[in-house]
Amino acid sequence: MSKQETKVKDANGATRRDFLRKAGTYTAASLSGAAMLLSDPKPAKATANVSWAEHFQKNYRLMTDEEKEEAIERLEKRYSEEFGKKVKVGSEPAIEGVLFGYALNIQKCIGCRRCVKACVAENNQSRGEKQQIEWIRVLRMEKGKFSAEDRDVHGYPEDYGIQVGGNAYKPAGVVLEGQHYYEPDQVPEKDAFYLPMQCMQCEKPPCVKVCPVRTTYRDPDGIVVIDYNWCIGCRMCIGACPYWARRFNWGEPDLPAEEMNPDTHYLGNRPRMKGVVEKCTFCVQRTRKGRWTGCVEVCPVGARKLGNLLDPESDVRKVLASKKVFRLRADLNTYPKFFYFMD
Amino acid sequence: MKRFIQFIIDFLRSGFSGGILFWAWMLFLSFFIMLWGYGEFVQIRDGMIVTGLNDQVSWGFYLANFVFMVGVAAAAVTVVFPAYVYKHHELHRIVVLGEMLAIAAVVMCLLFVTAHMGRPDRLWHIFPVIGIFNWPHAMLTWDVIVLTGYLALNIIGGFYFLYKKYADTELNKTFYLSVVYIAIVWALSIHTVTAFLINTMPARPMWFHSMMPIKFITTAFAAGPSLIIIVFLLVRRFTPLKIADEAFHALSQIIVWCLGIALFLTLSEIVTELYPSTEHSLGLQYLMFGHHGLNTLVPFFWTAMALMIGGFILLLIPKVRKNLLVLPFICLAVFIGIYIEKGMGLMLPGVTPTPIGEFAEYTPSNIEFMVVGGIWAIGFFVLTVLIKGAIGVILGDVRYTESESRTVQGEQTKAATT
Repeated sequence: MSKQETKVKDANGATRRDFLRKAGTYTAASLSGAAMLLSDPKPAKATANVSWAEHFQKNYRLMTDEEKEEAIERLEKRYSEEFGKKVKVGSEPAIEGVLFGYALNIQKCIGCRRCVKACVAENNQSRGEKQQIEWIRVLRMEKGKFSAEDRDVHGYPEDYGIQVGGNAYKPAGVVLEGQHYYEPDQVPEKDAFYLPMQCMQCEKPPCVKVCPVRTTYRDPDGIVVIDYNWCIGCRMCIGACPYWARRFNWGEPDLPAEEMNPDTHYLGNRPRMKGVVEKCTFCVQRTRKGRWTGCVEVCPVGARKLGNLLDPESDVRKVLASKKVFRLRADLNTYPKFFYFMD
Repeated sequence: MKRFIQFIIDFLRSGFSGGILFWAWMLFLSFFIMLWGYGEFVQIRDGMIVTGLNDQVSWGFYLANFVFMVGVAAAAVTVVFPAYVYKHHELHRIVVLGEMLAIAAVVMCLLFVTAHMGRPDRLWHIFPVIGIFNWPHAMLTWDVIVLTGYLALNIIGGFYFLYKKYADTELNKTFYLSVVYIAIVWALSIHTVTAFLINTMPARPMWFHSMMPIKFITTAFAAGPSLIIIVFLLVRRFTPLKIADEAFHALSQIIVWCLGIALFLTLSEIVTELYPSTEHSLGLQYLMFGHHGLNTLVPFFWTAMALMIGGFILLLIPKVRKNLLVLPFICLAVFIGIYIEKGMGLMLPGVTPTPIGEFAEYTPSNIEFMVVGGIWAIGFFVLTVLIKGAIGVILGDVRYTESESRTVQGEQTKAATT
């Protein structure tokens, strides 16, 4: 939303003629194509400090342990300088015998979006005017309210041979007909329920399949991760994801130093750069150290459960065993490890 | 080897020679190429935020143009195929011009893809050996293979032919014809794979149907020859190369049939989607009728339909089709119609609504217009040079003569031949 607002400002601020005139003066300088790639004339802080070695490092999955160490050392140095505090970039691998699963109680969710805020704070997303990235979208679903006034007495025109009253046409809790821009005075609202969506960590992730450079892959604990340094920004994964879970850094991310969370993971919440894709990782920097994700921790009504799908005693397994569970768009055979349930 | 270098030099010299009109044209194109340079510069500096793209519509003008140009590149086969398979004599003479067009079109495709990428500086990540090439899983890697392969085949085929003509030596028929026949099949593959690139994603229901490849090919074989006819008519007008009327008749016939099938497929798609009107048809409905006031695309869609249907009906009439004064205008109409329908008319409703049903309108930014316009200018620039050079060779104006360092032997052979 805020990006679109900025666009409008641009359009009003400068006329097309001004723009073309300005363009004319720059053209001569811009001809040297290769040079412009290398010499960034107005470097954003994050881009300026990127070392040559970082430009030419391998894909994380294929690095040897020494190369991983080097890459992480490089990043820690760069981030620490940039944000003026000691930044740790973790490299904890998947834990043997763990397969993360998530269960969300849509009956309990009150739509407060504390999870969204906590996620942004935990995972160092871009914020502010220009570009606001949130990994969780909470959809507000209309409760069904059919009333006699809404009834179209004529029904469908007779010619069609279908006789319906024009009442049940109203959306009522239909999955994927919600919207996530609601701004109520207080939650929960009487006439709505809520359905939060984020990366479903599919067992058969279509995003991984379409990635031409394998920068995104499924780790053994079932989490789909991204090496931000290897992503070429082609956005095939964004097209392939049926849950609209992936976000793109359209511009240089805006992450204020004082708000930056210094406890990061290479494949998780370390600061990103412009032109790469990111998404929820079930807080890989926390969960691989045995902690809850940010969203589970913050949820005031306990609607969110995380656990090891291979452990019968875990919260998620208990939910799967005792509740009525569904997954979104099960017809697509993506096998999400993100389950919705009701009491 | 020296002879080959001489060939390149002579070819380019021929390509870059011309009168005031030629230089005016090249200057005109250069202006837009400079705008491209500026646009790319800003986009690389600030990121894709300078485009009109956003979370809702993350594929836009660049990919729309890419998809369309892959079709134009593949359409070179409409010249090559009749020439070699049906031994069409008149097309056979100018077949190399079709190959030149394919080269220019593929160059444009590669530039469009690069413009679409968020990190063009990491392009090397997709190269096999030094990067990771997710083949055979990722459709995009298939596209990389077929496009670069097609570019290579056309460069090899086209320039081998021209070089032999230039050096006045015998063609190695087996080698040359195998390149030509492989290129014919390959041309179909580039557009098929480009269709697979977008129709293998169930997350985008408007694209998710098996008709996409054949629809791509038929629209390509209507739009491509339309452009080829216009280019050939210009060649006939501005260069001494004589292109017989039969060549145009053959091409316009291809346009009629392919356009007819394309329209039929469009109709099938509309009926299939709109009769049940499931949520999966929301994209097409948005394209055709708009959605609660969001109807930027509506006039474009109906204009495209009018141009295509009108063009088809006119071309069905043999008298009109064979009138070479009217033909280029119909071709232009068909070309523009397909450009709209298969470009933005396919890309935008494919990503609208989003998987959770959100509608957002997208208009390309000035930067996107600069980059796209510039890439078209680069395409025409390359095409002009290649075609002028090729015509020079075909007409025999550009041919190998032993220059300054000519040997006695060379002079003797020359004397012997004259």
